[in-house]
Amino acid sequence: MKKINDRERTYFFMTLPILALFFCFNTLPLIKGVIYSFTNFKGYGSYDWVGLRNYVDLFQDVRVGKSYLFTVKLAVTSTIVVNVLSLLLALGLSSKIKFKSALRGLYFIPNILGALVVGYIFNYFFTYILPAVTKTTSMLASTSWAWVAIVAVCAWQSVAMNTIIYISGIQTVPEEVYEAGAIDGATGWFKFKNLTFPLIMPFFTINMVLCMKNFLMVFDQIMALTKGGPAQSTESISYLIYNNGMAGGQFGFQSANAVVFFVLIVALSVAQTKFGSSKEEQL
Amino acid sequence: MKRQNKTERVSWPVTILLILGLVTVIFPLYMALMIALKQPSEMTNSIAGILSLPKTFSLDNFREAMRVTDFWRSLFNSFLITAVNLVISIALHSVIGYVLGRNRGSSKFYSFVYLYIVSGMFVPFAILMMPLVKQTAQMGIANIVGVICCYVVFYMPMNMMLYSGYLVNIPLSLEEAARVDGASTWKTYWSIIFPIMKPMHATVAVLTALGTWNDVMTPLVIMSGSGMNTLPLAQMTFQTQFGTNYNLAFASYLLALLPILIFYLFCQKQILNGVVNGAVK
Repeated sequence: MKKINDRERTYFFMTLPILALFFCFNTLPLIKGVIYSFTNFKGYGSYDWVGLRNYVDLFQDVRVGKSYLFTVKLAVTSTIVVNVLSLLLALGLSSKIKFKSALRGLYFIPNILGALVVGYIFNYFFTYILPAVTKTTSMLASTSWAWVAIVAVCAWQSVAMNTIIYISGIQTVPEEVYEAGAIDGATGWFKFKNLTFPLIMPFFTINMVLCMKNFLMVFDQIMALTKGGPAQSTESISYLIYNNGMAGGQFGFQSANAVVFFVLIVALSVAQTKFGSSKEEQL
Repeated sequence: MKRQNKTERVSWPVTILLILGLVTVIFPLYMALMIALKQPSEMTNSIAGILSLPKTFSLDNFREAMRVTDFWRSLFNSFLITAVNLVISIALHSVIGYVLGRNRGSSKFYSFVYLYIVSGMFVPFAILMMPLVKQTAQMGIANIVGVICCYVVFYMPMNMMLYSGYLVNIPLSLEEAARVDGASTWKTYWSIIFPIMKPMHATVAVLTALGTWNDVMTPLVIMSGSGMNTLPLAQMTFQTQFGTNYNLAFASYLLALLPILIFYLFCQKQILNGVVNGAVK
């Protein structure tokens, strides 16, 4: 009996410090963030309670509204673009080709590079190279095109990651399925739609969730490419919170923004996993 | 038999398409390299002038960029943060993964702790950012130490899940045997379970290292006042200070990308495996 208690105690003392650390750097700042969201704190000096005023203001603030629209637009477009491209690429890289492992290795490179530096490199590309080819002004200087450039850079990096996941998904499909399908004459698009895709559905879900979450939190690319411009047309939510909250004296107000953002992320993650798992059950 | 042959044959159209597609991957890096190797005087306004090979091969830009950005210092800081974070993460996350994996089925307390830590995955950095800046400053760790603490906590939910998921494959009888021999739980863990989880350590190491190495936001907000730079942060400072000298800038960018590229060259298989394992499990 003493042995069991010993074990229980060891487990408990293993958990406690780690739990304390987690609380200190995750839950505590989260609670503080929620508390700040009810104040007019500027980031320095004294502050007062303002109740729900920040939240009321938030829903009337044009700039905040714009940043949500932009972020969602960016996330949805990028998710679609990335998943279409990476599925195609994964199908290609899984078929009978030469130099398979070298090609796979090379296509993965964008994913390991830091997003900020990649952003700077593409910044030059969009500012000097592309305009010289198309004989137009830079995409990054146009309020209606800058977001497309950001989608392109996000996609360039994320396609690599999603492709690798799709490849590992395609590998799980047993060869017999295709053999059976071949007897029924399943080829090309029909084979993909009715055999491959339903069987890699779980991987599709993983990729959707990964993409959506990453793109909703987009920051580095914005910082490197547009800094939110032109005319605040490419301010992502994270960038706005960073920019106005840290340097702009809107600590309290942007905390409220962050709380709303947090709720959005949680709701989306829960919805996506629910939707994904209900689809998977049909298999 | 004929069909069999058909599926065995290498598909050249797909191979060629894929090789052509590589242009999209290589072009940005090629462009960066060409600019980094040139002097500003060589940069004519035409694209050909920018993308052509340099007339004389010189690494002057790289030397100069290293000096201006204090390259070795930033490299050392990035390396220190990544390495320390890796060691602490693997040690702590595997322990908590083990304790929760073994106990959450039988204990309400541990199953609550499990859910509590997993829920940390849904907390975006944006909401923690501002309070963390205040908090680390108050605690006197608005520097590398604070950044490491943040990383250890941010990566905990995912790594803990990976470890406790992996634990399902490890039979309880192993621990029981050690216990019968009189080993303490602590000792059993470090001498038996920890070494067995080696494949998971590799996955966790790859995911944590890639994320830490390339992260900008955490060091940007937490240690911006400390006068210390990480490799990506140094590029940001560089951009604002010397933004117009593109030749120097690109040399600096390439230097920033180089360590991870070299790492990838040597550990490609482990990295690909790690990334897939992390995402799929």
